[in-house]
Amino acid sequence: MTTLFTILFDGVAYGMLLFVLACGLAVTLGLMNFVNLAHGAFAMAGGYICAVLVNNQGWPFFSALPLAFVSSALIGVALERTLYRHLYTRSHLDQVLFTIGLTFMSVAAVDYIMGSSRIFIKLPAALEGQFDFFGVGIGRYRLMIIVICGLLTVALQLILAKTRFGSRLRAAVDDPRAASGLGINVPQVFAFTFAFGCGLAGLGGALSAEILGLDPYFPLKFMIYFLIVVTVGGSSSITGPFLASLLLGIGDVAGKYYVPKMGPFVIYTIMIVILIWRPNGLFGRAAAR
Amino acid sequence: MSIRSQLLLAAGSVAAMLALAPAQAQETVKIGLILPMTGGQASTGKQIDNAVKLYMQQNGDTVAGKKIEVILKDDAAVPDNTKRLAQELIVNDKVNFIAGFGVTPAALAAAPLATQAKIPEIVMAAGTSIITERSPYIVRTSFTLAQSSTIIGDWAAKNGIKKVATLTSDYAPGNDALNFFKQNFTAGGGEIVEEVKVPLQNPDFAPFLQRMKDAKPDAVFVFVPAGQGGNFMKQYAERGLDKSGIKVIGPGDVMDDDLLNGMGDAALGTVTAHLYSAAHPSAANKEFVAAYKKAFGQRPGFMAVGGYDGIRLIYEALKKTGGKTDGDALIGAMKGAKWESPRGPISIDPETRDIVQNIYIRKVEKVDGELYNVEFATFEAVKDSGKTKK
Repeated sequence: MTTLFTILFDGVAYGMLLFVLACGLAVTLGLMNFVNLAHGAFAMAGGYICAVLVNNQGWPFFSALPLAFVSSALIGVALERTLYRHLYTRSHLDQVLFTIGLTFMSVAAVDYIMGSSRIFIKLPAALEGQFDFFGVGIGRYRLMIIVICGLLTVALQLILAKTRFGSRLRAAVDDPRAASGLGINVPQVFAFTFAFGCGLAGLGGALSAEILGLDPYFPLKFMIYFLIVVTVGGSSSITGPFLASLLLGIGDVAGKYYVPKMGPFVIYTIMIVILIWRPNGLFGRAAAR
Repeated sequence: MSIRSQLLLAAGSVAAMLALAPAQAQETVKIGLILPMTGGQASTGKQIDNAVKLYMQQNGDTVAGKKIEVILKDDAAVPDNTKRLAQELIVNDKVNFIAGFGVTPAALAAAPLATQAKIPEIVMAAGTSIITERSPYIVRTSFTLAQSSTIIGDWAAKNGIKKVATLTSDYAPGNDALNFFKQNFTAGGGEIVEEVKVPLQNPDFAPFLQRMKDAKPDAVFVFVPAGQGGNFMKQYAERGLDKSGIKVIGPGDVMDDDLLNGMGDAALGTVTAHLYSAAHPSAANKEFVAAYKKAFGQRPGFMAVGGYDGIRLIYEALKKTGGKTDGDALIGAMKGAKWESPRGPISIDPETRDIVQNIYIRKVEKVDGELYNVEFATFEAVKDSGKTKK
């Protein structure tokens, strides 16, 4: 019985991690209707920035995390202003080709600068190991992931639903022309949202290095997971990808534990079943556009 | 293989043979070095490329009156690339050797070309048993997985390890390692209590490690591709398997010298069987490690040694033939070659053209603040048991 809870705990932590990594993609894809396959590159940037700060500059892990967020967001702003902006009105095929090209460039650049071997971020001793909670093994690092990601999710939901910025964003998405007419600076709102999504990806990248590993192929290796989360969750809200991440995280971990021979296929099976049942994802809006 | 590509291959090899005749009169010997310099296997390629450069710096670039020229090509460990590059090197560049080969499929893809062009193929990394059987022109200077997996199986059975859970990556080398280990370990009276094959692109070991923990074995036998070893060890410690007294054993690939320090103290105490450790206590190795560190700023791993010995084998073979580059004469010169490598005494088996070497049992320990595989037992002159069994 306790094993079941350990598996559940690991699954939730894994799911939360997937959510932080992928929710920026849900924002750009769902809210801004922009296909950004280079999303993983921002996650990788955050991971490497955190690794360099902690391993080479001797920063404490917890002060490097916010910086991973901020610097990925800044990279996001810079690229949004210079490159992405020109592609908002282009077809999805153009966006896919452009962003996949960016991904390959980021892989080559990181390989050149940082080398191709896998790197690890030095963790504070307090985050290492497991403790026993009524017989359930709780990994300290995974617990931290659940706490950070849980808080982030609540904050995101509040920003989108309750703040003035949230309503401006929703207005800008639903009808950009009318929104500009009402005095909302639509490009600025989009730039900010895009940067925020990139920042989240960067934070996710920094958090995931310990569990998923960090090397220059990160954006290519995990692109499929990001896309699964967004397709299963539906891309028009935050709740959808959140539940999808949890479902996939728990399903993946439990599948690998209970039926290791089937392991890698469980996540795809869940995806197929859900998409047959709800083709637009768990919380998708049918043909909103 | 389609008829078209067979024709192309035949045409290519005829052209290559015609081209080889005048090449013998030239004063340059060309070596086509095909390595993964990008992609997931890039660290293998970089180590071998470094080692080849180091050997040539130390020993000059002329042998028996011929100038040695190395042409480096990147196949990114994709066998289709390997084949195309090997063909280009043989036909256009008229190379006298093809060498390198980071992974098994790459070494196999080049095998028919070596046979048809009658030039030596020096395998410096790839480790499945069958490779040298695919062409009479293949010689290997790296290792086979059978060599280290059988030895660790014997050692475990004799050293109080009764129950083992295995965790191996689900691909050819992983299955090789698992099968050879199982054979010897169970023959020695050991029992396999849990067998898990993990997908090659596996992001998170947590669920598999939990299975290992619940099986309560004496030790976990692990083989995962280089790079994932670090993740494995960290998560092994995270789950508290180190504290529950479950040891980690395996072939030494998981504890390669270029990854070891990144794993942190979780790796301490791991016992593996392998051909090389940067801490190997011989004068030849100390010199090699110092020169490698000075030139490239890091310590060499077992892949570097495979490359270093590979280029040395080419040099020695050319000396024996007096600079003659006839493929059969070169292969003849390589058979039975014997020398003191940084890893210890090694030789080329005249029957199988595969490497014969010592396999060491090592334990991860801290030396001067760094982690090293410290050798404590030696199995001498181990042949590839994938072939001796036949």
